[in-house]
Amino acid sequence: MTTTAATRTAASRAPAGGASEHRSVKTGSVAWMAIPAVAFFVLFGAVPLIGTLVLSFTQWDGIGAIQWLGGGNWVSIMTDPVMYKALGLTFGIMIFSWLVQTPISLLLGVFTAGTQKYRAFLAVLYFLPLLMSAAAISIAYKALLDPNFGLAASLGIPFLIQNWLGDPTLVLFVVIFVLSWMYVPFHSLLYQGGVQQIPRSMYEAASIDGAGTVRQFFSITLPQLKYTIITSSTLMVVGSMTAFDLIFVLTGGGPGNSTRVLALDMYLRGFRANQMGPASAIAVLIVLIGLGLALFLRRLGGKDANSSQMEGL
Amino acid sequence: MSTTSTRSAPSRRSFLGAVVLAPFAGAALSACGTSGPGSSAADAVATEWYLSGDPSETITKNGVAAFNEANPDQTIGLTFFQNDAYKTKIKTAIGAGQAPTIIYGWGGGTLRSYVEAGQVDDLTGWFDANPDVRSRLLESSFGPATVDGKIYALPNETVTPIVFFYNKALFEQVGAQPPQTWDDLLALVPVFNDAGIAPLALGGQSRWTSMMWLEYLYDRIGGPELFTSIYDGEPDAWSAPASLEALGKVQELVAAGGFITGFESITADSNADQALLYTGRAAMMLHGAWTYGSMKADGGDFVSGGSLGWLPFPTVAGGTGDPSNAVGNPGQYMSIFTPAEQTAKDAALQYFADGIMADDVLQAYIDAGNVPIANGIEDRLAASDDAEWLQFVYTTASGAQTFTQSWDQALSPSTAEALLTNIEQLFSRAISPEQFATAMNATLEK
Repeated sequence: MTTTAATRTAASRAPAGGASEHRSVKTGSVAWMAIPAVAFFVLFGAVPLIGTLVLSFTQWDGIGAIQWLGGGNWVSIMTDPVMYKALGLTFGIMIFSWLVQTPISLLLGVFTAGTQKYRAFLAVLYFLPLLMSAAAISIAYKALLDPNFGLAASLGIPFLIQNWLGDPTLVLFVVIFVLSWMYVPFHSLLYQGGVQQIPRSMYEAASIDGAGTVRQFFSITLPQLKYTIITSSTLMVVGSMTAFDLIFVLTGGGPGNSTRVLALDMYLRGFRANQMGPASAIAVLIVLIGLGLALFLRRLGGKDANSSQMEGL
Repeated sequence: MSTTSTRSAPSRRSFLGAVVLAPFAGAALSACGTSGPGSSAADAVATEWYLSGDPSETITKNGVAAFNEANPDQTIGLTFFQNDAYKTKIKTAIGAGQAPTIIYGWGGGTLRSYVEAGQVDDLTGWFDANPDVRSRLLESSFGPATVDGKIYALPNETVTPIVFFYNKALFEQVGAQPPQTWDDLLALVPVFNDAGIAPLALGGQSRWTSMMWLEYLYDRIGGPELFTSIYDGEPDAWSAPASLEALGKVQELVAAGGFITGFESITADSNADQALLYTGRAAMMLHGAWTYGSMKADGGDFVSGGSLGWLPFPTVAGGTGDPSNAVGNPGQYMSIFTPAEQTAKDAALQYFADGIMADDVLQAYIDAGNVPIANGIEDRLAASDDAEWLQFVYTTASGAQTFTQSWDQALSPSTAEALLTNIEQLFSRAISPEQFATAMNATLEK
């Protein structure tokens, strides 16, 4: 209850403001503290980004001299069906991953935030994939999915013996499954934290009014998790734009171009085919799309994204 | 200006070397033994990056240690990298001017890209001045080291042709003879399928495994001239009649069920394709000579018990290629990084002349079941435990009328990447031979 009170006073005081000199002192100290972060961002974020933008207008094989080319790379990637296929795949994987991961993470998060028996033990099991690197997960799945020496063949389950990584359609579902297996624990953790922030008094009030568990979930838990859902979705969507390591090790973009997502397309062009120019153009494209999506998702939260959801408490 | 940059480069390089080498220091010291700390990579005169993984890692480590002991003023410092990581890292390092003195590679298209960027030294004059170095090596190994008539790399290590392997026990079981011709091979497909055995093992997910089939079919059907026309970038070379015939033949074999079901999901880096052959699930396999060693190590008594058979690739009726022709890796290649300091280059060249193909090194390769690219080693091969195999490989390599380098090494990196993607689609029959040819013809114009 003390937390609720504290939140309320903070929320009610903020818009009132009034102490302008107090605020200016605060801004000064914040700006000072941001210097290391800004310096790191400029050095490792902004400078490489500008470098990539410049490279996207040049011809370079990564070994010899860099030659100015103008818009040639942009014309070539914008007319390249491989790029459009990669773009489509990226959005496909993004949407499917979101559709698969969000409900599972949400339910797992709500479950692990509860007080059931063995909850802590089960939570540890669910979070286990968080401890493994994407490369290790991919190599393990590659071995498990081998049609002759994999899991299905060893256990003798004929239904599971499929051309998992060789069928152009099936492989997409494998990628989405493994991505979800890897990232669901992380998003569950976000939701678990979100659920634990919801004041218990809301549930107490709801049960006095006669609301059941399902009704409480849809009327209290879900609305209260609005910002958690937006945060988690932003991470999923932007993460899908840059999904690389897992797919690279698992399929290498194959069979054919079936899983060649945009980030992989960039890598293969740049570091396998030695065409840094087109690869840089795709990198810039990824940044632009990723930023656009992140801004769009932030808009979804409403203009007053920082307002309180605790009115009336 | 130039002196400043060359002076600053080695210090950064040796710092990098020290950082990267730290985990290996223990191993390096124990390997060097008596030569002490003076031979560690950070203090070495010339540097070399090499691939981790035995047997070549240990052989190279011992070879360099012996060379360093004999040449304390011209030492070589070794750093080891995992294969795929190395391929990316060396390109970046060369572009950044931070490469080691000795650049290890596979010749062909990648070497050409280094040459065109002016990053590796022309060694033609050095070979003319050291004719004995050249005469010791198999002449067929110099092709991929040569760009526009000049030699830019020293061929070394082992020759590994692609070999047609088969499981003798399975052939006895079904009462069949190993295939001599392509028609024999097609006739064997239903025989093995009816017996519940996959005719051919293939790690299709790795793509270059499927490429080996095309390399041989192109040679058998159209002769080595067919790939030469592709290599030279002649317009529409991929849609030549012989090319389309070879592409059609591969799809015919796929359609007939020649390759094991689900081959598109099998990877070669886990050696699952070799396991299919030695566990008796597949009867035949086209693969590099290097798989002999791993099948011997992992396959129980499969190799030592005499169940592993090998043949040249089957001939194709009406084809113009000589049956002695082979494809594969004619050797490994070492070049000198042009921006390196002269003292480092001198040490590297001394190592090229005396160290790299020293007698002990050759013997170590033979003992590990490999054929070094040296002339006049017949007696040593015959004395080996694997004499029959080694002599077959040696005859294949030295007796081949033409030894074509693996396509993904011979072609430029961008063409190779497009080739592998299209081959994967060809084998899964997602595209027709004509579509394959059209897609690949587009790479010739670049």
